[in-house]
Amino acid sequence: MSRSFLATLALMIVVLAGLPMIAGLFGLVQATLFISMAVLALSQGFIWGYGGIMSFGQSAFFGLGGYAYAIAAIDLGESTLPLALAILVPTLFAALLGYFMFYGRISDAYVGVITLTVTVILFNVANSTAGDAWRIGQAALGGFNGIPSVPPLNVPGQPDNQLSPAALYGVAAVLLVMVYALLRGLLATKFGRVVVAIRENETRAMLLGYDPRLYKTITFAIGGGIAGLAGCLFTNWGGFVSPTVFGLQQAAQVIIFVLLGGLGTLIGPILGAVAVQYLIIAIGTQQTFNANLILGIVLLAFVLLIPRGVLPSLGLLAERIAARPAPDPAPAAVEARP
Amino acid sequence: MTGVPLLEARGVSMRFGGVTAVDTVDFGLGERELRCLIGPNGAGKSTFFKMLTGQLRPTAGRVLFRGRDITGARPHEIARLAVGIKTQVPNVFNGLSVAENVFVAARRGKSARQARAMVDQVLTRLGLAEIARRIVGQLAHGQRQWVEIGTVLAQEPELILLDEPAAGMTHEEVVRTSELIREINRAQALIVVEHDMQFIRMIARTVTVFNRGRILIEDDVERVLTHQAVRDVYLGKKAA
Repeated sequence: MSRSFLATLALMIVVLAGLPMIAGLFGLVQATLFISMAVLALSQGFIWGYGGIMSFGQSAFFGLGGYAYAIAAIDLGESTLPLALAILVPTLFAALLGYFMFYGRISDAYVGVITLTVTVILFNVANSTAGDAWRIGQAALGGFNGIPSVPPLNVPGQPDNQLSPAALYGVAAVLLVMVYALLRGLLATKFGRVVVAIRENETRAMLLGYDPRLYKTITFAIGGGIAGLAGCLFTNWGGFVSPTVFGLQQAAQVIIFVLLGGLGTLIGPILGAVAVQYLIIAIGTQQTFNANLILGIVLLAFVLLIPRGVLPSLGLLAERIAARPAPDPAPAAVEARP
Repeated sequence: MTGVPLLEARGVSMRFGGVTAVDTVDFGLGERELRCLIGPNGAGKSTFFKMLTGQLRPTAGRVLFRGRDITGARPHEIARLAVGIKTQVPNVFNGLSVAENVFVAARRGKSARQARAMVDQVLTRLGLAEIARRIVGQLAHGQRQWVEIGTVLAQEPELILLDEPAAGMTHEEVVRTSELIREINRAQALIVVEHDMQFIRMIARTVTVFNRGRILIEDDVERVLTHQAVRDVYLGKKAA
């Protein structure tokens, strides 16, 4: 367990640190986008795969993080506090939303409905903030057009020392590794093990003296904070934020990331996010097929053929190969597997 | 040992719409007592059980644990008073290993090291040490029942409530379970809801018989099982 964790961590660091040596600046900028999506996928993978909370609106926290950073960065000029706010605001919002959902004993299906509704509401709210009346300090919310020229992260304490796109990639990569390691660590603690136990059987957890409402609310809030960080990275990547961060497409994509990569793992969602983003960009460079059409086909294929996602299925395959008796390989190879 | 009973129900009733499942029941259980609840289907045993565990809130009456009112307390609050509960349909963490199931139970209120020691102790006691790494969802029904009993024991409860612990077990498993219950009873109080008369004979001293939402009789096991009224409700009166 911990050995596999260290191996995964080492591999992640090697890949992320090695990328600048082979990719040009354009490649790094794209990688920053991939990383922001991977962090978002981690948040979804954590609350869904481990907490058993089916959020259809993780984009709500992603968008809140993006907007919180944009507004605070424009108003404050220095980016350290805005970065903290991009995590804090969605965390508190998720805690509040989670409190009403879990303490109100909303059933699982309705958690999906409510989170989806929340992101749609935020999309519409952000969309209707055009005009001069909608400003927070110096930051005009800009309605459908969003907020342009958001200052990127700067070296803490030095507002004029803004990060170059390559440095931004570095920060994003470090944050991705940190979020991954923190979640792995969290899952190994008592809290993490109880969260997983609640996913497995809420009644049993309750009969053992744990309050599922509290654990779920905290899990949901942590997921909200991570999604907010992803939104902050996304805003930094493009230097702007618009209501599409709250959009249904964003909400659906992150679910596809997790389904593809594998529910119940943390690396799976990261790989899923990178693969899907890569695919979207690859499709975008040609005109023959519509990107959504192909994404839909990919999702259908996965749900029908590899419902567990890539990573868990590979794990099962490895187990089967390992369990297979070693000698006499010829008949074993012929043996059909249903 | 006199004074405040460990668990007490005073005039407890539960109505579902027009149906009264449990009708003003008074019930008391002493420290380290072993009590069996029996009765035909629909007699109100399980409803009464669920009111004791906080899964249902009684429509009238009070439930007291050592004199403390726990009526309508949430299940996790009751569990924290050192009450361990095994439900009728096994509630276990199906996707986790046997050891992890017991660990999660032991970990509340204990350090990780203490909890690990408790896991070893419970698994050895229940004979589950050999399957400690197996995933619970893949085990046979009887084994899953024991895993659930293991999670209950790992809490170190002072009162254990078992709802049909022998259901679906083979004869040997039933015998082992009855031995286990008697052994647990040396230090802990138990309430066992059960259908299986043979099983009741193996474990019981005092038996409370439910019928139509009320307590029909409460007495020593032999006297209860030979009582005419009990025979009638169980076997059904032969009509003319």
